[in-house]
Amino acid sequence: MTTKYIYTFGLIMTVVVALLLAGFRTLTAESAARNEDIFNKREILATVAEPMQEFGKPIDALTDAEVLDFFKNNVQQIVVNANGEPVEGANFAALDLAKEYKKPEAQRQYPVYIFDLNEEYYVFSVRGNGLWDAIWGNIALASDLNTVTGASFDHAGETPGLGAEIKDNAGWKSQFQGKKIYDGNQFVSIIVRKGGAVDQEHEVDGLSGATVTGDGVTKMLYNGLKAYEPYIEEQRAGAGATGMNLK
Amino acid sequence: MAESTELKTGVVADPKSPEKEPFFGKKEAILIKDPLLDNNPITIQVLGVCSALAVTSLVYPSLVMAIAVIFVCAFSNLFTSLMRNIIPKPVRLIVQLVIIATLVTLVNEALKVLAFPVYKQLSVYIGLIITNCIVMGRLEAFAMANKPWRSFLDGVGNGLGYGFILVVVGIVRELFGKGSLFAGSPIALNIIGPSNDTTQYWINTAADSGIGTWFGWYANNNLMVLPAAAMFVIAIFIWVQRSYNTKLVDAS
Repeated sequence: MTTKYIYTFGLIMTVVVALLLAGFRTLTAESAARNEDIFNKREILATVAEPMQEFGKPIDALTDAEVLDFFKNNVQQIVVNANGEPVEGANFAALDLAKEYKKPEAQRQYPVYIFDLNEEYYVFSVRGNGLWDAIWGNIALASDLNTVTGASFDHAGETPGLGAEIKDNAGWKSQFQGKKIYDGNQFVSIIVRKGGAVDQEHEVDGLSGATVTGDGVTKMLYNGLKAYEPYIEEQRAGAGATGMNLK
Repeated sequence: MAESTELKTGVVADPKSPEKEPFFGKKEAILIKDPLLDNNPITIQVLGVCSALAVTSLVYPSLVMAIAVIFVCAFSNLFTSLMRNIIPKPVRLIVQLVIIATLVTLVNEALKVLAFPVYKQLSVYIGLIITNCIVMGRLEAFAMANKPWRSFLDGVGNGLGYGFILVVVGIVRELFGKGSLFAGSPIALNIIGPSNDTTQYWINTAADSGIGTWFGWYANNNLMVLPAAAMFVIAIFIWVQRSYNTKLVDAS
């Protein structure tokens, strides 16, 4: 077993493995990206599950093609800047919240999904840190821009059964339904409370064994929704002036 | 997590046996059966404890992890065994690691295409498989010295032995920690706890009548949710196992 043999073996092995993996990746990249897009869109749909049901489109029954179709035809996707103004001609698909959060606050842009389902529903995307890695999520508000319709979360590396419950535990997520992000006119967000919610209007129960992840969700929701506050305030003012009279 | 450096190699068949051997004879059956109890990778070889502590708080992820490890263990054993005569001995660990990492990456990418939701469920474990001591332990202890078919079976056996402990620990932890079983899967069962509008339990500890009233005192044990609980459960399993089979007790 000479040194030359070891080097040759290493070289061949590296080339073969690199070609195999790179080739496989290239072949599957497009289809993987499509799957990821559909998965993310379903996560967004999950936050408005109940209105979708009433609208006659139960989300579990939608096929992948129908999901893409629905987003194309029934969902208004806009980009807003830090002052809450819609950005003209912005490329919605290219917006990456992780990159936006690295910019100075005044230059950031955020995505808003507006669902027109009998009533209007607004879905906002938020991002923050859990215990080990990034966490992110979507939160839907009803047309009063105060009442939460639903929330969905995802994570990069939280512990299964503990922090990962923010994604997997449907019962826990359902607590967000009906909570309010405003106390009167004061923005308070929603707090994940260790030991159980005290204020039923603005708090949800924490998850056992996931205190740090829960605190991460609290912080993420506060900072994330705070970033949308100018936009939300504007829409609330608009809804108060005209929307209420119409309905 | 410190692992035992002395690997028990299990049954090593003579690779140069002149007679024609049956495809699945007694020796092959032992390769599958032995790692289940008497040479269990977790309780006897003390390999793979790290991931056993991390993923067993629920049964369903434990099951998914078990299947993934069985697959990777079996095929990395197979490929290593096929290459065992050309792998340069001084760098064999690196070669083994490359084989494992390649397989795991391929599985990862394939899942993204075939079953994206399953990929999301598995994503955390994929990394854990690469670092799983069982896989490399078996490559080094078995596949480097045995024929491909037997190595494959050894991988399946050790994967099963690992998965068996994982699921047992998962059942104990989920039942006493959360009052449910298989939560997160399509066959989620809610066993014991206070029922409310969204969740109905078989034994309703908040019930006013029936069997549930006997369990009014019952509360989930939050310690079971934490990784430390796996330590106790595995230790108790080892204790029981060695009491039954005193041959396993280490005299030193």
